[in-house]
Amino acid sequence: MRTTETNEAGLIARILAGEKELFHELIRPYERMVYLTLFSIVKNETEAEDGAQETVISAYRHLASFRGDAKFSTWLVTIAINEGRKRLRKAKTAAEESIEEKVGEHEGGYSPAPLTDWREIPLEALERKELREALRAAVAELPDIYRQVFALRDLEELNVEETAQALGINTGAVKVRLHRARMMLQKRLVPYLKTTAPARKLFFGRAL
Amino acid sequence: MKLDCKHVWEHISEYIDNTVDAKLREDIERHLEHCEICSAILDSTRNILILTADDRTFELPVGYSKRLHERLKEEIEN
Repeated sequence: MRTTETNEAGLIARILAGEKELFHELIRPYERMVYLTLFSIVKNETEAEDGAQETVISAYRHLASFRGDAKFSTWLVTIAINEGRKRLRKAKTAAEESIEEKVGEHEGGYSPAPLTDWREIPLEALERKELREALRAAVAELPDIYRQVFALRDLEELNVEETAQALGINTGAVKVRLHRARMMLQKRLVPYLKTTAPARKLFFGRAL
Repeated sequence: MKLDCKHVWEHISEYIDNTVDAKLREDIERHLEHCEICSAILDSTRNILILTADDRTFELPVGYSKRLHERLKEEIEN
């Protein structure tokens, strides 16, 4: 993405100068990010897709208000988050349940699940479809505030500062929530990761 | 400093993101050398992150991009 930044500024200038159809090109690298951001908030495919379309249209209409001090991707993801939250508020009128509150009370208990009988997930295990499904389900079940940080950081690969900016929270909160989200997922997925298959080295970068 | 497991768990996320300072990194690594449990936790967490970043795990709806650009085209032309 970094290499395209200058290119991006050029594209934006041209769009604002009247070459409107170039917006298709501008948005293309971020389609996935926009959808996943919406999905992490509304947790429903149709809602997420509708929201993604609204986000892109809104970005198109308001492109002139984009200032070069933030990255275009961060600006766009902020619009997506606002769109998702708007949809969530609409859907939540009946059920008056605050997930945030529930989470706030819940302190401690974020230690990971110990694993004693295996060291690594064999490659074959990572290829298993059920593991992907389990991960999707586990992410969907994360409390909202954790899932949103996890989605931006680990799924869409925004950095800590960009994530904080997009969610309107401080970087400390991003780090804490991300850590908890990861530990919750680790704990949830342990049963799927245990395997009797002979361990094979998957991980890079760390000597055994 | 000798770290206990709980201390290592607290920093696993930052360790993965490479944001712990050099001294702590060294302490964690020394602990990992002899602790099977923490090594397994670290590996499993990292593998979950690899799986998360794999495009096949979180897929887009079929036709999403096409519909998005059709909608955008309409907007631009009107």
